[in-house]
Amino acid sequence: MILSQFIFVPLFAAFLIALVARKRENIATAIALIATGWIFIFSLIAFFKLPAEAGMIMKTTSGWKIPFTIALVLDHLSAFMLIVINLVAFFSAFYAIQYIKHFTGKWNFFALFMLMLAGMNGVALTGDFFNLYVFMEISLISAYALVAFGTESEELEASFKYATMGAITSTMILFGIGILYSFTSTLNMAQVGQTIQANPSNKLLFLVYGLFIAGFGLKTALVPFHAWLPDAHPSAPAPISAMLSGVLIKTLGVYALIRIFFNIFGAPPVVLTILLLLATLSIVIGGFLSLVQWDFKRLLGFSSISQIGYVILGFALGTKLGILGGVLHLLYHSIFKSLLFLDSGAVEYATGERDIRKLGGLAKKMPVTSFTNMIGTLSIAGIPPFNGFFSKLIIIIACFAAGHFVIGFIAALASIVTLAYFLKVQKHAFYGESKLKNNFEKVPFTLKTSMIILAVLCLVSSLLLIPSVRQTTVQPIVDAVWNATQYIDKIVPFLGSV
Amino acid sequence: MQNKYADEGMSLIVKTITRFTVWLIFLYGLYIFIHGHLSPGGGFAGGVIIALSYVHLTLAYGKNFVSERINRSAMHNLEALSAIFYILIGLIGLYIAENFLQNFLGKGTLYHIISAGYIPILNLVICVKVGMGLYLVFYYLASYQVKKTGVN
Repeated sequence: MILSQFIFVPLFAAFLIALVARKRENIATAIALIATGWIFIFSLIAFFKLPAEAGMIMKTTSGWKIPFTIALVLDHLSAFMLIVINLVAFFSAFYAIQYIKHFTGKWNFFALFMLMLAGMNGVALTGDFFNLYVFMEISLISAYALVAFGTESEELEASFKYATMGAITSTMILFGIGILYSFTSTLNMAQVGQTIQANPSNKLLFLVYGLFIAGFGLKTALVPFHAWLPDAHPSAPAPISAMLSGVLIKTLGVYALIRIFFNIFGAPPVVLTILLLLATLSIVIGGFLSLVQWDFKRLLGFSSISQIGYVILGFALGTKLGILGGVLHLLYHSIFKSLLFLDSGAVEYATGERDIRKLGGLAKKMPVTSFTNMIGTLSIAGIPPFNGFFSKLIIIIACFAAGHFVIGFIAALASIVTLAYFLKVQKHAFYGESKLKNNFEKVPFTLKTSMIILAVLCLVSSLLLIPSVRQTTVQPIVDAVWNATQYIDKIVPFLGSV
Repeated sequence: MQNKYADEGMSLIVKTITRFTVWLIFLYGLYIFIHGHLSPGGGFAGGVIIALSYVHLTLAYGKNFVSERINRSAMHNLEALSAIFYILIGLIGLYIAENFLQNFLGKGTLYHIISAGYIPILNLVICVKVGMGLYLVFYYLASYQVKKTGVN
């Protein structure tokens, strides 16, 4: 298994697009599709090859021993993240083929898209703190550019806001990494974890916890750090909104938090308590703020804050059931939130309108969009046969099982709020009288195909909960998070001396 | 040298001095990246200095003068090509040796110009990438025109 292909294939595609596709834009589409398809297939292969390799594949770059080189580590958690990232990336790229026709500079779009993908795959794979920072910046800088892709004044403002806040918190993360480096004399995650476990009572660690919670918390858009998201995510073109809300906040935020706090620091209780509170705040505030939105995509942005709260809540409970709920909700949210963003993009493509008060009666004109949006709504609100129901149910049960009754109640009530604001979208945009004045454009083929496949996945991914399927797919991921120090123990045989 | 844009840019004194200094800066950049594996510096620093020599020229003579004399499309191509070459070198390492970006050349004698395996090649590639990229960023920032719309 060549681990570095998840990073160099999208990088290579990005620069190939910049080299050969500046005048011939169809080539850009072809290269992007081949590259995303390639790594999607290989991410699936990687996940199912893992049990044969004892759950961990580790490769060093440049062939040196660990403290002197960058290690790429594939365990079940990172393989799972790779699948989530590349699944959404493939369908977003496929969707973008016809969607992006309205914009100029198609090759720019795909080159930046591939760079963002390379950064995210790098974050999921790396076993090195500084490398994590570098890949995070690669994907963030591409994301800033993609948010401003329409170059309207409001998009530039959103991008500037995102870039400023992102840069400040990236500096915080870098500062935290610097402190860890001065404390442990190594940047390799496993070695840092080893040293910290040898002296766990160091007071300096609390500063690092704070810096990392603020830094990765902003990337996750947890509530006190959420202000950039409702501007940035709606401003991007729809496939990029799907990528940002579907996977970017999960890879740079949730995955990094889980990897660092669970596998490296061994889940310190004080951090879990803080995350629990922030997650509850996110669920409530994100939910109520989306209730009052009228802009379709902005509503989805606020809804992302609320839903990412559920994911963090599941992990922060620190119990096996909670982690299972968190992992499932992470996967499910990436599917239905990208579906909903693609739907909103199709509505905008067809009508040129994002304000749901000015829409109406779209169910007759756009049956595919309306139907897939209904499935997305039912999934995110947690209606039984769809996937969102199971993950939310598990998280709420885990809350009660862990003794957090109030938080469990809040999570259950916020789920009703979710249903309320998505029914608002249904009522005003898809049913009722048509208030549309603009011309109506037909939704093209690739847009429809992506939406239908994601809608089918909303239903099919519920099957992961069947006990025999769960044992081979979800359970190893939960174990990788739950057995916090197992990650370090498995790398130890490869380590040189510090 | 014919100069249509003689009244653009800075004064005659600056332009005359620039004619002497720009080559020195360019050569210094080349020196920094060629000796990257032996002394402080390397591809990135050399690339920045080479980009600065172009920036120097643009500041002294004005952007129109420079944009007529350089081929920006070729700069774009060189920038993308150098990144592709970097990945290709990594791939050669993957197939000849064992890991991505592993050294596949002989190490040579210490302190010789041709030594240190593939490091000088990587320095060259990074130098081109950084030099072209940084200059293009500067050029587009310089040639960007602000439209006043009356709003805000």
